[in-house]
Amino acid sequence: MSERVGTVKWINGPVIRAEGSRHVGMMELVEVGEEHLIGEVIGLNGSMITIQVYEETSGMHPGAPVFGTGLPLSVELGPGLLRSIFDGIQRPLPVIEMRTGSFISRGVHLTPLYRKDRWEFTPVMKEGTVVTGGEVIGTVPETPSIEHRVMIPPDVSGTVTWVAPAKAYTIVEPIARVKTTDGEKELTMLQRWPIRRLRPYKTRLDQSIPLITGQRVLDTFFPLGKGGAAAIPGGFGAGKTVTQHSIAKYADAQVVIYIGCGERGNEMTEVLQEFPELIDPRSGHPLMERTVLIANTSNMPVAAREASVYTGITIAEYYRDMGYHVALMADSTSRWAEALREVSGRLEEMPAEEGYPAYLAARLAEFYERAGYVHTLSGEDGSVSIIGAVSPPGGDFSEPVTQHTKRFIRCFWALDKSLASARHFPSINWLDSYSEYLDDVAPWWHKATNQNWIGMRNKAMELLSEESRLSQIVKLVGPDALPDEQRLVLETSRLLREGFLQQNAMDTIDAYSTVQKQIGMLALMLYFHDRAHDIIKMGATISVIHKLPVVDTLIRMKTQIPNDKLSMIDEIHEAIDAQMTQLEADYK
Amino acid sequence: MSELVDRGGQEVVGVSRIEGPILVIENAGNLGYDEVVEVIDSTGHMRRGRILEVSEKMAVIQIFSGTTGLSIDGTKVRIQGSTLKIPVAEEMLGRVFDGLGTPIDGGPVPLTNHFADINGQPINPTSRVYPRDYIQTGISVIDGMNSLVMGQKLPLFSGAGLPHDQLAAQIVRQATLGAPAGADAKHAEDFAIVFAAMGVKHDVANYFKNSFAESGALARVAMFLNLADDPPVERLITPRAALTLAEYLAFEKGMHVLVVLTDMTNYCEALRQISNIRGEVPSRKGYPGYLYSDLASMYERTGRVKTSKGSITQIPILTMPNDDITHPVPDLTGYITEGQIVLGRTLYQHGIYPPISVLPSLSRLMKDGIGEGQTREDHPHLMAQLYAAYAHVQDVRSLASVIGEEELGDVDQKYLAFGKAFEGKYISQSFTENRNIEQTLNIGWELLGLLPKEELTRVSLAEIEKYYKGI
Ligand SMILES: Nc1ncnc2c1ncn2[C@@H]1O[C@H](COP(=O)(O)OP(=O)(O)OP(=O)(O)O)[C@@H](O)[C@H]1O
Ligand SMILES: [Mg+2]
Repeated sequence: MSERVGTVKWINGPVIRAEGSRHVGMMELVEVGEEHLIGEVIGLNGSMITIQVYEETSGMHPGAPVFGTGLPLSVELGPGLLRSIFDGIQRPLPVIEMRTGSFISRGVHLTPLYRKDRWEFTPVMKEGTVVTGGEVIGTVPETPSIEHRVMIPPDVSGTVTWVAPAKAYTIVEPIARVKTTDGEKELTMLQRWPIRRLRPYKTRLDQSIPLITGQRVLDTFFPLGKGGAAAIPGGFGAGKTVTQHSIAKYADAQVVIYIGCGERGNEMTEVLQEFPELIDPRSGHPLMERTVLIANTSNMPVAAREASVYTGITIAEYYRDMGYHVALMADSTSRWAEALREVSGRLEEMPAEEGYPAYLAARLAEFYERAGYVHTLSGEDGSVSIIGAVSPPGGDFSEPVTQHTKRFIRCFWALDKSLASARHFPSINWLDSYSEYLDDVAPWWHKATNQNWIGMRNKAMELLSEESRLSQIVKLVGPDALPDEQRLVLETSRLLREGFLQQNAMDTIDAYSTVQKQIGMLALMLYFHDRAHDIIKMGATISVIHKLPVVDTLIRMKTQIPNDKLSMIDEIHEAIDAQMTQLEADYK
Repeated sequence: MSELVDRGGQEVVGVSRIEGPILVIENAGNLGYDEVVEVIDSTGHMRRGRILEVSEKMAVIQIFSGTTGLSIDGTKVRIQGSTLKIPVAEEMLGRVFDGLGTPIDGGPVPLTNHFADINGQPINPTSRVYPRDYIQTGISVIDGMNSLVMGQKLPLFSGAGLPHDQLAAQIVRQATLGAPAGADAKHAEDFAIVFAAMGVKHDVANYFKNSFAESGALARVAMFLNLADDPPVERLITPRAALTLAEYLAFEKGMHVLVVLTDMTNYCEALRQISNIRGEVPSRKGYPGYLYSDLASMYERTGRVKTSKGSITQIPILTMPNDDITHPVPDLTGYITEGQIVLGRTLYQHGIYPPISVLPSLSRLMKDGIGEGQTREDHPHLMAQLYAAYAHVQDVRSLASVIGEEELGDVDQKYLAFGKAFEGKYISQSFTENRNIEQTLNIGWELLGLLPKEELTRVSLAEIEKYYKGI
């Protein structure tokens, strides 16, 4: 299947140059050296072929052979993706483990999807149907959470001449035949798609439904629309990974793709050990049933890190095309950009900023553009939401990756080192963060909660920005110098910060809040503020307000009220009423 | 398969350029990328080098011991046909090696036919076991606030002149790896220390050696020394050689290995030097763009795997140039390691030992290593509360410096008292004091007693009921 197309001439880490055939294609998958290391053609100049190699090149020497495959670097798509963990070029890590033990050796050639499993196929299409790409031929219960919809490949259309009867098949057995203008094509459940080419859809739609993550500061203050893109920038230890993990666990997406791109091995292990045990609050099945993991950790070959985000997004689009809402997390896109920089540097390309190649912005744009809420070829609605972590050097957001990313996302969750060091988690700075989806998703919130969500959210934001202004004054003169009305702003803001914005990912009750709990909590805090404000106007001091028992209740309610016991919110409302009314009596 | 000839032993002549530790040769057709070569000068003296870049016409070689005395004519390069490998054996414990793994203690070369590539191979994430076993170090700020877990990589971020060596030595002496907290594991068969020095002074190496000797652990220690006056390029190999032995001991011999690497900043400087001589495009402060991946290729050689009961715990030490935590070396390290212990100059100047800056310090693996069944059920909340309170102390202190202490409100006064006591009683302890976790947690509650109950919103009401003895 692979023929010799060239001879290695120069080796510099993951980048090699070979001399050979002029028929080799750009982005073609090639195999290099006697060990057939996997690589991709990234440059052609006359008979000089530049290749990035996805495996360690130690020991490679000039004169080694290069083999062509005639195919672009692609992923395999079909049943069996969910519950899997792959490396950056979609090699299944558990199978590598069976082959080479606890350490990853190079030169291991494996098919991404297991060929021998049988999947219960149910046809939904009749023979004689005229089809175009993307239409669903049949379904397979891939996991208890997800029905896999086997689709006509996007570039195939014609008349269905045969569909396999309902039965269990392997992914390489034929399940349909389509008569096309190029003759009859046999289809299997296994399909391939080049990772750098976006999968087609019919039309793009608005992003007016929020991706609910269960994280209060995100959903209530800086919501992401389904099909949208968000960035989480932050210095080391600020909380990017914990936030991404929380979203992967609790987001109301049907499929989750988690890419560990140049990050820690243990973080992938954690997901791998935790997700099969954790139950998805919506489907009632283990989280792993809806998850695909892609792990190209920091110590794995750098070029494969570059490929990993494309591998992930292509799989995400595939499930989107079935009509699912997919959330993709990439931790961290900075490591991906650094992989680009490393390969570019070894090619001695002209650097733009901080050594990054001039095409950094274009690559980031291409990636984030693959997010979207679409009308699929099969006529369903599906979406891919992208949440990319960014790791700016020194935590300084003025660097190129953060800056360029900002141009292509509409939701910016800025993590703050000083909040993190005070153990305010998630350390999302409410003044530096923004969401451009607020107006888009407001109608959804109003419908879902029957409350004036945007009004309450804005009111809370006002209090918090007022707090920030007042605390500048406090720093100079101390809090006692402020009038009690302003001190109440500080007090309510403290409630909001400690009781609402802070959310402990490790607390069983606090880790995830439904929208009803979120809006209920917010309403209580604002109600407290309004009542207290009136009483202060009547002459009460802030210290009597501060001493009300309900203050402690409001701060602790996040860990006390389970999502299924929201009646407790009404009880707290009554407590506020009772305590305030009593106070009022004292000042009447 | 015709290319698979044995290329070992062939010689190449034709040096075209020598610059710093870099040698460029012509007609290098048979050399492999990243392989080792022997370079023989005109007097017949041999030194070793590694291929950084190779084409049919030329090869760039990095000479470990430097190029002094090499000439364009008369230098020969002998091909080894393999990447750099070192012997690994249990007998290497109790021994001292140079930065390339050659014995320098007068003893024999380790007798083994087990050779391992110094670059190792990445651990498959599916083969890892998530680290969860708490290690008691006897140091309150670490055990209580930033607990160390077996299989964690937790660096010390320090500054010139700060007592990071003492702290590391105290951790090594008191840490109870592979044994229940508090028990003495030092003499256990399955415990080992691998120590790698990169560009540090002789007295630092001696300090560690004496400290290992005093605690009776010397027979369980392997030392790889590249000192300040040793060739800088060699220190690119030293931590890798050390980790190669550590991996062998941990994953093939089932030992619990503690690896101390000092000073990573010197390592990074050597890497920068090579990169600059080669004219590579720098990223920040002249460091190469691949510094992150390069550091990760060492730090990630930590942890536990399913197939062995052993573990590697890493404590890299680095000095932050100008005490700047955003400098590329601490910054990229922090992005890879599982937390960091940061030493602070202000605390040190106030005579506090260990001068650990609590707020920027972090242990990411702590969450699974503490609490009920590991340390005590109140530990996670207590830690969060101490953090929050101490963070608030900083605000109060800066307010006090503006308006004066007397002007502070009641509660803030209490925070000031808490801050002082926290630094004096919790952070501060002597070099020989070994506190158990119970003592550490109890001191924490004692200090929280200085604050009013309403302030303690991070601990649960039940915990307050049980442990709070306040005003
Ligand atoms: N929501 C949260 N609840 C509780 N703890 C948190 C939360 N978010 C972060 N943390 C704490 O902060 C630590 C660091 O978080 P995390 O690993 O997510 O940082 P990061 O931004 O991904 O850092 P890096 O860039 O180095 O990977 C965690 O180990 C945890 O202790
Ligand atoms: Mg992270």
